[in-house]
Amino acid sequence: MNPRRQKRLYTALVLVAGLAITIGLVLYALKENIDLFYTPNEIVNGKKETGVKPQVGQRLRIGGMVVEGSVKRLGEGLKVQFELADAASKQNIVIVYDGILPDLFREGQGIVANGYLTSATTIEAFEVLAKHDEEYMPPDLAEAMKGIKHVKPENNPALTEAYE
Amino acid sequence: MFKWLHPYAKPEKAYLLSLSVFKYLMPLSIIGLFAGCLWGLMFAPADYQQGDSFRIIYIHVPTAIWSMGVYMSMGIAGFCALVWQIRLMELSVIAMAPIGAVFTAVALFTGALWGKPMWGTWWVWDARLTSELILLFLYLGVFALFHSFDDKRYGAKAACILAVIGMVNVPIIHYSVEWWNTLHQGASITKFDKPSIAGEMLWPLLVNIFSLMLFFIALTAYRFSTEVLRNESHRKWVLELTK
Repeated sequence: MNPRRQKRLYTALVLVAGLAITIGLVLYALKENIDLFYTPNEIVNGKKETGVKPQVGQRLRIGGMVVEGSVKRLGEGLKVQFELADAASKQNIVIVYDGILPDLFREGQGIVANGYLTSATTIEAFEVLAKHDEEYMPPDLAEAMKGIKHVKPENNPALTEAYE
Repeated sequence: MFKWLHPYAKPEKAYLLSLSVFKYLMPLSIIGLFAGCLWGLMFAPADYQQGDSFRIIYIHVPTAIWSMGVYMSMGIAGFCALVWQIRLMELSVIAMAPIGAVFTAVALFTGALWGKPMWGTWWVWDARLTSELILLFLYLGVFALFHSFDDKRYGAKAACILAVIGMVNVPIIHYSVEWWNTLHQGASITKFDKPSIAGEMLWPLLVNIFSLMLFFIALTAYRFSTEVLRNESHRKWVLELTK
Protein backbone atom coordinates (compact mmCIF):
# COMPACT_ATOMS: atom_id res chain seq x y z
CA MET A 1 0.00 0.00 0.00
CA ASN A 2 1.51 3.35 -0.92
CA PRO A 3 1.94 6.01 1.79
CA ARG A 4 -0.83 8.29 0.50
CA ARG A 5 -3.39 5.50 0.55
CA GLN A 6 -2.19 4.45 3.96
CA LYS A 7 -2.67 7.99 5.23
CA ARG A 8 -6.20 8.15 3.83
CA LEU A 9 -6.99 4.76 5.33
CA TYR A 10 -5.89 5.88 8.80
CA THR A 11 -7.72 9.22 8.47
CA ALA A 12 -10.94 7.46 7.53
CA LEU A 13 -10.60 4.88 10.31
CA VAL A 14 -9.85 7.51 12.96
CA LEU A 15 -12.78 9.62 11.73
CA VAL A 16 -15.27 6.74 11.98
CA ALA A 17 -13.92 5.53 15.34
CA GLY A 18 -13.99 9.04 16.82
CA LEU A 19 -17.51 9.63 15.60
CA ALA A 20 -18.71 6.27 16.93
CA ILE A 21 -17.24 7.03 20.37
CA THR A 22 -18.78 10.53 20.41
CA ILE A 23 -22.23 9.29 19.49
CA GLY A 24 -21.91 6.41 21.94
CA LEU A 25 -21.15 8.83 24.78
CA VAL A 26 -23.99 11.17 23.78
CA LEU A 27 -26.48 8.30 23.71
CA TYR A 28 -25.18 7.01 27.03
CA ALA A 29 -25.59 10.44 28.61
CA LEU A 30 -29.12 10.77 27.22
CA LYS A 31 -30.04 7.21 28.15
CA GLU A 32 -32.99 8.13 30.35
CA ASN A 33 -34.42 10.57 27.86
CA ILE A 34 -34.32 7.99 25.07
CA ASP A 35 -36.22 5.40 27.12
CA LEU A 36 -39.78 5.51 25.89
CA PHE A 37 -41.28 4.71 29.28
CA TYR A 38 -40.82 4.09 32.99
CA THR A 39 -41.39 0.57 34.28
CA PRO A 40 -43.63 0.16 37.36
CA ASN A 41 -40.51 -0.61 39.42
CA GLU A 42 -38.87 2.65 38.27
CA ILE A 43 -41.94 4.67 39.30
CA VAL A 44 -41.76 3.26 42.83
CA ASN A 45 -37.97 3.04 43.29
CA GLY A 46 -36.59 5.46 40.70
CA LYS A 47 -34.41 4.83 37.63
CA LYS A 48 -31.73 2.22 38.09
CA GLU A 49 -28.63 4.39 37.60
CA THR A 50 -29.72 7.72 39.04
CA GLY A 51 -32.58 6.85 41.38
CA VAL A 52 -34.63 9.73 39.93
CA LYS A 53 -38.31 9.26 40.73
CA PRO A 54 -41.11 10.89 38.75
CA GLN A 55 -42.99 13.72 40.52
CA VAL A 56 -46.73 13.65 41.17
CA GLY A 57 -48.39 15.59 38.34
CA GLN A 58 -45.59 14.77 35.90
CA ARG A 59 -46.57 13.64 32.43
CA LEU A 60 -44.94 10.29 31.64
CA ARG A 61 -45.21 6.97 29.87
CA ILE A 62 -45.34 3.70 31.76
CA GLY A 63 -44.78 0.23 30.29
CA GLY A 64 -45.64 -3.03 32.03
CA MET A 65 -47.75 -6.17 32.09
CA VAL A 66 -51.47 -5.95 32.80
CA VAL A 67 -51.98 -7.89 36.06
CA GLU A 68 -54.32 -10.89 35.73
CA GLY A 69 -57.77 -10.19 37.15
CA SER A 70 -57.15 -6.48 37.71
CA VAL A 71 -59.18 -5.07 34.80
CA LYS A 72 -62.34 -3.34 36.09
CA ARG A 73 -64.94 -1.24 34.27
CA LEU A 74 -65.80 1.96 36.11
CA GLY A 75 -69.42 3.05 35.68
CA GLU A 76 -71.34 3.02 32.41
CA GLY A 77 -68.86 4.67 30.04
CA LEU A 78 -65.56 3.57 28.57
CA LYS A 79 -63.72 4.24 31.80
CA VAL A 80 -61.54 1.30 32.81
CA GLN A 81 -59.06 0.66 35.59
CA PHE A 82 -56.26 -1.90 35.67
CA GLU A 83 -52.94 -2.58 37.35
CA LEU A 84 -49.49 -2.84 35.80
CA ALA A 85 -46.52 -4.83 37.10
CA ASP A 86 -43.08 -5.92 35.84
CA ALA A 87 -40.74 -8.70 36.88
CA ALA A 88 -38.91 -6.53 39.44
CA SER A 89 -41.83 -4.59 40.98
CA LYS A 90 -43.45 -5.43 44.30
CA GLN A 91 -45.95 -2.56 44.15
CA ASN A 92 -48.44 -2.52 41.24
CA ILE A 93 -49.26 0.76 39.53
CA VAL A 94 -52.96 1.55 39.00
CA ILE A 95 -53.96 3.00 35.61
CA VAL A 96 -57.26 4.79 35.06
CA TYR A 97 -58.15 5.26 31.41
CA ASP A 98 -61.16 6.72 29.63
CA GLY A 99 -61.08 5.61 26.00
CA ILE A 100 -60.92 2.76 23.53
CA LEU A 101 -58.39 0.02 24.29
CA PRO A 102 -56.27 -1.41 21.44
CA ASP A 103 -57.09 -4.84 19.94
CA LEU A 104 -54.18 -6.58 21.61
CA PHE A 105 -55.10 -5.31 25.10
CA ARG A 106 -55.70 -8.27 27.39
CA GLU A 107 -54.64 -9.47 30.83
CA GLY A 108 -51.03 -10.62 30.86
CA GLN A 109 -50.26 -8.44 27.82
CA GLY A 110 -47.53 -5.79 27.82
CA ILE A 111 -48.85 -2.24 27.33
CA VAL A 112 -47.51 1.31 27.29
CA ALA A 113 -49.72 4.04 28.76
CA ASN A 114 -49.22 7.79 28.37
CA GLY A 115 -50.63 9.96 31.14
CA TYR A 116 -50.18 11.99 34.31
CA LEU A 117 -49.02 10.65 37.67
CA THR A 118 -51.89 11.57 40.04
CA SER A 119 -50.42 9.95 43.16
CA ALA A 120 -47.28 7.91 43.87
CA THR A 121 -48.81 4.77 42.36
CA THR A 122 -51.75 5.96 40.21
CA ILE A 123 -51.69 7.21 36.65
CA GLU A 124 -54.52 8.92 34.80
CA ALA A 125 -53.84 7.82 31.21
CA PHE A 126 -55.04 9.50 28.02
CA GLU A 127 -53.48 6.95 25.66
CA VAL A 128 -52.98 3.19 25.97
CA LEU A 129 -50.81 1.33 23.43
CA ALA A 130 -50.34 -2.45 23.26
CA LYS A 131 -46.72 -3.58 23.30
CA HIS A 132 -46.40 -6.74 21.28
CA ASP A 133 -43.68 -9.28 22.07
CA GLU A 134 -41.45 -10.94 19.48
CA GLU A 135 -43.17 -14.34 19.66
CA TYR A 136 -45.08 -15.44 16.60
CA MET A 137 -46.89 -18.77 16.49
CA PRO A 138 -50.04 -20.37 15.14
CA PRO A 139 -53.00 -20.62 17.58
CA ASP A 140 -52.89 -24.41 18.07
CA LEU A 141 -49.20 -24.26 18.98
CA ALA A 142 -49.79 -21.37 21.39
CA GLU A 143 -52.52 -23.30 23.18
CA ALA A 144 -50.35 -26.39 23.46
CA MET A 145 -47.34 -24.45 24.73
CA LYS A 146 -48.82 -21.91 27.08
CA GLY A 147 -52.49 -22.69 27.47
CA ILE A 148 -53.32 -19.28 25.99
CA LYS A 149 -56.58 -19.14 24.05
CA HIS A 150 -56.71 -16.74 21.14
CA VAL A 151 -59.62 -14.51 22.12
CA LYS A 152 -60.35 -10.95 21.18
CA PRO A 153 -61.01 -8.51 24.04
CA GLU A 154 -64.77 -8.48 23.45
CA ASN A 155 -64.85 -12.29 23.78
CA ASN A 156 -62.49 -12.38 26.72
CA PRO A 157 -64.48 -13.66 29.72
CA ALA A 158 -62.41 -11.58 32.15
CA LEU A 159 -63.40 -8.42 30.31
CA THR A 160 -67.05 -9.26 29.61
CA GLU A 161 -67.58 -9.82 33.31
CA ALA A 162 -66.28 -6.34 33.84
CA TYR A 163 -68.68 -4.97 31.22
CA GLU A 164 -71.73 -6.20 33.14
CA MET B 1 -3.95 -10.99 -3.11
CA PHE B 2 -6.69 -9.25 -5.10
CA LYS B 3 -5.16 -10.04 -8.50
CA TRP B 4 -8.24 -11.85 -9.73
CA LEU B 5 -10.29 -8.72 -9.01
CA HIS B 6 -8.11 -6.37 -11.02
CA PRO B 7 -9.62 -6.96 -14.49
CA TYR B 8 -13.00 -5.84 -13.09
CA ALA B 9 -11.63 -2.45 -12.10
CA LYS B 10 -11.79 -1.69 -15.81
CA PRO B 11 -15.13 0.03 -16.49
CA GLU B 12 -15.85 -2.06 -19.56
CA LYS B 13 -15.40 -5.36 -17.71
CA ALA B 14 -17.39 -4.08 -14.74
CA TYR B 15 -20.21 -3.01 -17.05
CA LEU B 16 -20.45 -6.42 -18.70
CA LEU B 17 -20.23 -8.26 -15.38
CA SER B 18 -22.97 -6.19 -13.75
CA LEU B 19 -25.26 -6.68 -16.74
CA SER B 20 -24.90 -10.44 -16.54
CA VAL B 21 -25.44 -10.34 -12.76
CA PHE B 22 -28.67 -8.45 -13.44
CA LYS B 23 -29.74 -10.88 -16.14
CA TYR B 24 -29.44 -13.95 -13.91
CA LEU B 25 -30.46 -12.61 -10.51
CA MET B 26 -33.48 -10.50 -11.48
CA PRO B 27 -35.74 -13.38 -12.62
CA LEU B 28 -34.52 -15.51 -9.71
CA SER B 29 -35.38 -12.82 -7.17
CA ILE B 30 -38.81 -12.15 -8.71
CA ILE B 31 -39.64 -15.86 -8.55
CA GLY B 32 -38.38 -16.02 -4.95
CA LEU B 33 -40.37 -12.96 -3.84
CA PHE B 34 -43.50 -14.24 -5.57
CA ALA B 35 -43.15 -17.68 -3.96
CA GLY B 36 -42.35 -16.22 -0.53
CA CYS B 37 -45.30 -13.80 -0.59
CA LEU B 38 -47.71 -16.45 -1.85
CA TRP B 39 -46.54 -18.90 0.81
CA GLY B 40 -46.58 -16.32 3.57
CA LEU B 41 -49.85 -14.62 2.68
CA MET B 42 -51.89 -17.67 1.66
CA PHE B 43 -50.52 -20.77 3.35
CA ALA B 44 -48.72 -19.80 6.56
CA PRO B 45 -50.98 -20.09 9.64
CA ALA B 46 -52.41 -16.98 11.33
CA ASP B 47 -50.80 -15.75 14.54
CA TYR B 48 -52.34 -16.73 17.89
CA GLN B 49 -52.74 -13.11 19.00
CA GLN B 50 -52.60 -10.89 15.95
CA GLY B 51 -54.54 -13.10 13.55
CA ASP B 52 -53.91 -12.26 9.91
CA SER B 53 -52.46 -8.82 10.66
CA PHE B 54 -49.09 -10.40 11.43
CA ARG B 55 -48.65 -11.24 7.73
CA ILE B 56 -47.24 -7.78 7.10
CA ILE B 57 -44.07 -9.28 8.61
CA TYR B 58 -43.39 -10.83 5.17
CA ILE B 59 -42.91 -7.34 3.71
CA HIS B 60 -41.85 -5.36 6.77
CA VAL B 61 -39.02 -7.54 8.09
CA PRO B 62 -37.19 -8.19 4.77
CA THR B 63 -37.27 -4.49 3.83
CA ALA B 64 -36.23 -3.43 7.33
CA ILE B 65 -33.32 -5.91 7.45
CA TRP B 66 -32.08 -4.88 4.01
CA SER B 67 -32.56 -1.18 4.70
CA MET B 68 -29.70 -1.73 7.16
CA GLY B 69 -27.84 -4.27 5.01
CA VAL B 70 -27.88 -1.97 1.98
CA TYR B 71 -26.57 0.88 4.11
CA MET B 72 -23.67 -1.24 5.39
CA SER B 73 -22.66 -2.27 1.86
CA MET B 74 -23.03 1.34 0.71
CA GLY B 75 -20.88 2.54 3.61
CA ILE B 76 -18.17 -0.04 2.93
CA ALA B 77 -18.18 0.86 -0.78
CA GLY B 78 -17.91 4.53 0.22
CA PHE B 79 -14.99 3.71 2.51
CA CYS B 80 -13.13 1.88 -0.28
CA ALA B 81 -13.91 4.75 -2.66
CA LEU B 82 -12.39 7.26 -0.24
CA VAL B 83 -9.27 5.27 0.66
CA TRP B 84 -8.38 3.71 -2.69
CA GLN B 85 -10.06 6.43 -4.80
CA ILE B 86 -11.75 4.05 -7.19
CA ARG B 87 -14.29 5.82 -9.39
CA LEU B 88 -16.34 2.64 -9.86
CA MET B 89 -16.83 2.38 -6.09
CA GLU B 90 -18.28 5.89 -6.01
CA LEU B 91 -20.68 4.89 -8.76
CA SER B 92 -21.76 1.83 -6.77
CA VAL B 93 -22.55 4.07 -3.76
CA ILE B 94 -24.91 6.17 -5.84
CA ALA B 95 -26.36 3.01 -7.41
CA MET B 96 -27.35 1.71 -3.95
CA ALA B 97 -28.64 4.89 -2.25
CA PRO B 98 -32.13 5.16 -3.82
CA ILE B 99 -32.75 1.41 -3.46
CA GLY B 100 -31.98 1.57 0.25
CA ALA B 101 -34.14 4.68 0.61
CA VAL B 102 -37.10 2.84 -0.91
CA PHE B 103 -36.55 -0.20 1.37
CA THR B 104 -36.46 2.11 4.40
CA ALA B 105 -39.58 3.97 3.32
CA VAL B 106 -41.44 0.69 2.77
CA ALA B 107 -40.34 -0.60 6.19
CA LEU B 108 -41.52 2.62 7.88
CA PHE B 109 -44.80 2.62 5.97
CA THR B 110 -45.69 -1.03 6.60
CA GLY B 111 -44.69 -0.60 10.24
CA ALA B 112 -47.11 2.31 10.59
CA LEU B 113 -49.88 0.31 8.90
CA TRP B 114 -49.33 -2.53 11.37
CA GLY B 115 -48.86 -0.24 14.34
CA LYS B 116 -52.28 1.38 14.07
CA PRO B 117 -54.35 -1.78 14.67
CA MET B 118 -51.82 -3.57 16.91
CA TRP B 119 -50.27 -0.87 19.09
CA GLY B 120 -53.07 1.65 18.69
CA THR B 121 -50.93 4.33 17.04
CA TRP B 122 -49.35 5.01 13.62
CA TRP B 123 -46.17 6.45 15.04
CA VAL B 124 -44.39 6.82 18.33
CA TRP B 125 -41.02 8.49 18.91
CA ASP B 126 -39.29 5.46 20.37
CA ALA B 127 -35.62 4.68 19.70
CA ARG B 128 -36.21 2.08 16.97
CA LEU B 129 -38.65 4.11 14.89
CA THR B 130 -36.69 7.34 15.24
CA SER B 131 -33.33 5.80 14.29
CA GLU B 132 -34.93 4.12 11.26
CA LEU B 133 -36.33 7.51 10.20
CA ILE B 134 -32.82 8.98 10.53
CA LEU B 135 -31.62 6.17 8.23
CA LEU B 136 -34.10 7.35 5.60
CA PHE B 137 -32.75 10.91 5.87
CA LEU B 138 -29.18 9.58 5.58
CA TYR B 139 -30.05 7.80 2.33
CA LEU B 140 -31.72 10.92 0.96
CA GLY B 141 -28.73 12.97 2.11
CA VAL B 142 -26.24 10.72 0.29
CA PHE B 143 -28.32 10.93 -2.85
CA ALA B 144 -28.76 14.71 -2.61
CA LEU B 145 -25.07 15.37 -1.86
CA PHE B 146 -23.98 13.33 -4.85
CA HIS B 147 -25.99 15.52 -7.20
CA SER B 148 -25.48 18.85 -5.47
CA PHE B 149 -22.07 19.76 -6.92
CA ASP B 150 -21.32 20.87 -10.45
CA ASP B 151 -18.05 18.96 -10.27
CA LYS B 152 -19.11 15.32 -10.00
CA ARG B 153 -15.91 14.23 -8.23
CA TYR B 154 -16.65 16.62 -5.35
CA GLY B 155 -20.21 15.39 -5.09
CA ALA B 156 -19.13 11.77 -5.06
CA LYS B 157 -16.54 12.44 -2.37
CA ALA B 158 -19.02 14.26 -0.12
CA ALA B 159 -21.61 11.52 -0.61
CA CYS B 160 -19.05 8.83 0.27
CA ILE B 161 -18.07 10.66 3.47
CA LEU B 162 -21.72 10.87 4.53
CA ALA B 163 -22.23 7.18 3.65
CA VAL B 164 -19.26 6.20 5.84
CA ILE B 165 -20.29 8.41 8.77
CA GLY B 166 -23.88 7.19 8.62
CA MET B 167 -22.76 3.60 9.25
CA VAL B 168 -22.64 4.51 12.95
CA ASN B 169 -26.45 4.59 12.89
CA VAL B 170 -26.86 0.98 11.76
CA PRO B 171 -25.85 -0.77 15.02
CA ILE B 172 -27.93 1.83 16.89
CA ILE B 173 -31.01 0.78 14.91
CA HIS B 174 -30.34 -2.90 15.46
CA TYR B 175 -29.66 -2.69 19.21
CA SER B 176 -32.15 0.13 19.99
CA VAL B 177 -34.74 -2.38 21.17
CA GLU B 178 -32.23 -3.86 23.65
CA TRP B 179 -30.51 -0.72 24.91
CA TRP B 180 -33.67 1.28 25.61
CA ASN B 181 -37.28 0.70 26.55
CA THR B 182 -39.12 0.85 23.25
CA LEU B 183 -42.64 0.17 22.05
CA HIS B 184 -41.17 -1.83 19.16
CA GLN B 185 -40.71 -5.51 20.05
CA GLY B 186 -37.30 -7.16 20.23
CA ALA B 187 -35.66 -9.17 17.45
CA SER B 188 -37.41 -12.42 16.46
CA ILE B 189 -34.81 -13.87 14.08
CA THR B 190 -31.71 -11.64 13.89
CA LYS B 191 -30.22 -12.83 17.17
CA PHE B 192 -27.90 -15.58 18.39
CA ASP B 193 -30.74 -17.61 19.75
CA LYS B 194 -33.55 -19.84 18.60
CA PRO B 195 -35.91 -17.73 16.45
CA SER B 196 -39.03 -16.85 18.44
CA ILE B 197 -41.26 -17.50 15.49
CA ALA B 198 -42.80 -20.86 14.63
CA GLY B 199 -41.13 -22.82 11.79
CA GLU B 200 -44.11 -22.86 9.43
CA MET B 201 -44.27 -19.03 9.64
CA LEU B 202 -40.48 -18.63 9.56
CA TRP B 203 -39.69 -20.39 6.26
CA PRO B 204 -41.62 -18.08 3.92
CA LEU B 205 -40.06 -15.16 5.79
CA LEU B 206 -36.54 -16.49 5.18
CA VAL B 207 -37.39 -17.06 1.50
CA ASN B 208 -38.50 -13.43 1.24
CA ILE B 209 -35.45 -12.09 3.06
CA PHE B 210 -33.11 -14.04 0.78
CA SER B 211 -35.02 -13.10 -2.38
CA LEU B 212 -35.05 -9.43 -1.44
CA MET B 213 -31.26 -9.60 -1.14
CA LEU B 214 -31.05 -11.02 -4.67
CA PHE B 215 -33.47 -8.32 -5.81
CA PHE B 216 -31.26 -5.65 -4.24
CA ILE B 217 -28.10 -7.06 -5.88
CA ALA B 218 -29.81 -7.27 -9.28
CA LEU B 219 -31.19 -3.72 -9.08
CA THR B 220 -27.83 -2.36 -7.90
CA ALA B 221 -26.06 -4.11 -10.78
CA TYR B 222 -28.47 -2.58 -13.26
CA ARG B 223 -28.23 0.95 -11.84
CA PHE B 224 -24.46 0.55 -11.59
CA SER B 225 -24.19 -0.42 -15.27
CA THR B 226 -26.11 2.66 -16.38
CA GLU B 227 -23.98 4.87 -14.09
CA VAL B 228 -20.83 3.40 -15.67
CA LEU B 229 -22.19 4.11 -19.15
CA ARG B 230 -23.06 7.69 -18.23
CA ASN B 231 -19.69 8.26 -16.61
CA GLU B 232 -17.78 6.82 -19.58
CA SER B 233 -20.07 8.23 -22.25
CA HIS B 234 -17.25 9.72 -24.30
CA ARG B 235 -15.00 6.68 -24.20
CA LYS B 236 -14.38 4.60 -27.25
CA TRP B 237 -15.88 1.38 -25.92
CA VAL B 238 -19.18 3.08 -25.08
CA LEU B 239 -19.38 4.78 -28.45
CA GLU B 240 -18.76 1.43 -30.12
CA LEU B 241 -21.37 -0.23 -27.92
CA THR B 242 -24.06 2.33 -28.75
CA LYS B 243 -23.31 2.49 -32.46
